[in-house]
Amino acid sequence: MKAAVVVFPGSNCDTDCFHALKDVAKVPVEYVWHKERTLPKVDLVVIPGGFSYGDYLRTGAIARFSPVMESVIQHAQSGRAVIGICNGFQILLEAGLLPGAMLRNKSLEFVCKHTWIRTEENLTIFTGKMDPGETLCVPVAHGEGNYYCDEDTLKSLHDHSQVVFRYSSEAGKLGEEFNPNGSKDHIAGIVNKKKNVLGMMPHPERSSEDILGSSDGRKIFESILTALE
Amino acid sequence: MQFKARIHTSLKKSVLDPQGQTTLHALGSMGFKEAKSLRIGKYFELVLESETRAKAEECIHAMCDKLLHNPVIEEYSFEIQETPS
Repeated sequence: MKAAVVVFPGSNCDTDCFHALKDVAKVPVEYVWHKERTLPKVDLVVIPGGFSYGDYLRTGAIARFSPVMESVIQHAQSGRAVIGICNGFQILLEAGLLPGAMLRNKSLEFVCKHTWIRTEENLTIFTGKMDPGETLCVPVAHGEGNYYCDEDTLKSLHDHSQVVFRYSSEAGKLGEEFNPNGSKDHIAGIVNKKKNVLGMMPHPERSSEDILGSSDGRKIFESILTALE
Repeated sequence: MQFKARIHTSLKKSVLDPQGQTTLHALGSMGFKEAKSLRIGKYFELVLESETRAKAEECIHAMCDKLLHNPVIEEYSFEIQETPS
């Protein structure tokens, strides 16, 4: 398995993702600058977090039109794996690879803290190492992670088992007090219908080693590695 | 012909606007009891060249649909006027 991490002007989790893949998950990985029109031959494309284009206009709205994105969309449409983390999730939403949109956090504050997320769906390439209902301790760091979609879309997400992670307590209980940003239905991460594209606000790359306070995020990279090898 | 467009985008009525609500609350606590509802949006001033007004409007719709607004959460409107080039 090989991976690529896309770098936009303003990406700031690109080296973390690179490190988590290369040194923790032991996956060959390379950077791809957003101006490239083609992707190297890889199985997984990671769209990392950060503030691409300074979050101007809307988060992810400008990055979505970077030259590399046409290849990312083709990569996704061909059924190969894409994971967008934080700003990467916002870019995938703007690109239409995932349904919905992001609003400002309900508190209007930038939220930077560890959260618990509950695995809702383990029949995906991203979550095979977890049991259904298993909770992971993974940090968030965002100002616009308040996931929004209309009721029809929400129903469709549930009907097609596309809600992969929801904010919860450590024990897996749902509640407003465990939802850091006001996300609809406590959604922290979703996949597309084909289940080869994952978007999530929490940062697994920042919780892949014990020294970081949690190594739970590592399970997501290990799931991908197991599924794609 | 040169035109100037004033484009507004704002969150759809069905989408909660926490920024607008917080600002409305602040106005209320300052004593502006007249304030009853507040929605915050974005304002764009765009100068564009086009052969006709109709083509300019068509172009602005395309710009709004493709980039300036996100149809999942926002709606847009605009006014346009011809300006001396």
